[in-house]
Amino acid sequence: MDFKKEVRIVCGWIAYFGDLLLRLLWHLVHVIISLFYFTLGIANALESYLISWGVLKRYRSLHVNKLRYLAIVVESEEAYETSKIIALLQWLADIGVKHVCLYDMEGILKKSKDFILAKVDGAVLYGETHENNKLLDQTHMTLEFASFCDGKEAVAKAANVLFMKYVKSGATDQNQKGHIFTESQMSEALKTIGSGGPEPDLLLVYGPARCHLGFPAWRIRYTEIVHMGPLKSMKYGSLIKAIHKFTRVQQNYGK
Amino acid sequence: MEKDGVSKSARVLWKLSCFFRKFIVSTLSVGPIPAHVAFIMDGNRRYAKQRNLEEGEGHNAGYLALKFMVYYCLELGIKHVTAYAFSIDNFKRSPEGVQRIMDLMVEKIEEELSQVDNTYSKMGIRIHFSGNLELLSQPTKDAVKRLMAATAKNSKVLLTICFAYTSTNEIVHAIEQTCQEKMADQMELEEPNVVKLADIEKHMYMAVAPDPDIIIRTSGESRLSNFLLWQSANCSLICFSQLWPAISFWHLLWAVLKFQRNYYYFEKKKKQI
Repeated sequence: MDFKKEVRIVCGWIAYFGDLLLRLLWHLVHVIISLFYFTLGIANALESYLISWGVLKRYRSLHVNKLRYLAIVVESEEAYETSKIIALLQWLADIGVKHVCLYDMEGILKKSKDFILAKVDGAVLYGETHENNKLLDQTHMTLEFASFCDGKEAVAKAANVLFMKYVKSGATDQNQKGHIFTESQMSEALKTIGSGGPEPDLLLVYGPARCHLGFPAWRIRYTEIVHMGPLKSMKYGSLIKAIHKFTRVQQNYGK
Repeated sequence: MEKDGVSKSARVLWKLSCFFRKFIVSTLSVGPIPAHVAFIMDGNRRYAKQRNLEEGEGHNAGYLALKFMVYYCLELGIKHVTAYAFSIDNFKRSPEGVQRIMDLMVEKIEEELSQVDNTYSKMGIRIHFSGNLELLSQPTKDAVKRLMAATAKNSKVLLTICFAYTSTNEIVHAIEQTCQEKMADQMELEEPNVVKLADIEKHMYMAVAPDPDIIIRTSGESRLSNFLLWQSANCSLICFSQLWPAISFWHLLWAVLKFQRNYYYFEKKKKQI
């Protein structure tokens, strides 16, 4: 009995030290990964400075016309850094980007909308440009502001618009089998409630991870999503690189 | 996984690799393991083209890669796996190309059901198909339904195959189902019925699984291509430059390590919603 008890105690210690070893190994792996990302960060920073100074030839010409609509997703905690946002928008204006959607989950950017519009040269609010004033579209940058409530909640509101139409049409469960709505009708319903913005070609994520953070799902079907790192360490060269890479992408759209 | 007809040395190597993977899994399990991993299986046709194979061979290789990835997820303790097998947009391909994929799907389902190669059943995997299955031909629909019924009682891993699926179609379908349900209830109510977000979410094709923690896309593309747009608000999006048939355990390992690095950030984001 004593022998069995001793064996149990020894096994217990082995399991304890085995678990400790695995934990140490796990932490070591993550330290190595952090070092890797730190080194990568330095390399990316160096590359972005080289791009900014015009040293890297392939980034000198940018076919920015291919980028019709750009979305910027910002981590809400960093969205308070309006000076950084304004600087980013100025860079985009200098590059020649005409239409930008700014998104953060909590709507911080929406609250700073007036301040940002005032500070960015030539920026106008999306939706305020008139169809017959095309000159305004070519010389000014339009800014759209979105948040989480323009995503799923907007779809729920649009669903209510469609539901009302369905009720008014007099359709009943018995005589309406199969499809009753189309994607086009859904797009129209979203426009009706003011959440029908265009689909961005490119979405830049400024935050700790590559994630769209709830950007309106209906609008990012084929959007290229690029992670730019934290807003506090944004660099002009990285922006050029992301846009340059986008202009070289070819999409099949399922074909 | 059994490998019948394979040499003894290959089996020994496989057993060694299993042991090595078990050790890696034990280490990785010190941290959080994702509950749901989704894959966009991009690059099968390019894989075949690069190796001068027929297009069908690329899809075959892609199917094998999926099997291995599901097995690795099972080893890691990942409970939900979703794979984007066929988009509604893919119907735009040539009829021969579409039919090739449908035939491959039916062939693999028949192999599984007839126990010629019933790996999924042996692994205890429940298979569910999400998508607008009404767009499929009758033989494909029947095969799909039989496989879902045959694996319904398995519970180790839920493998969701997104077939004839797009997120926008999923959202419209969910709204249709909700409206029909609300219409039926409307007769008994005095006030107009209101469609709520929860009503739409319960009718989503992907309501069978929790939101994904990781979406992995191969072939170096950085878009979601109308896949899980609704469910990926707090999901780590990872892309690898390798083509889908060349994906390996190391890619999954890297994805899980990245997930663990950002785990607390995403947990905080989920609480904010």
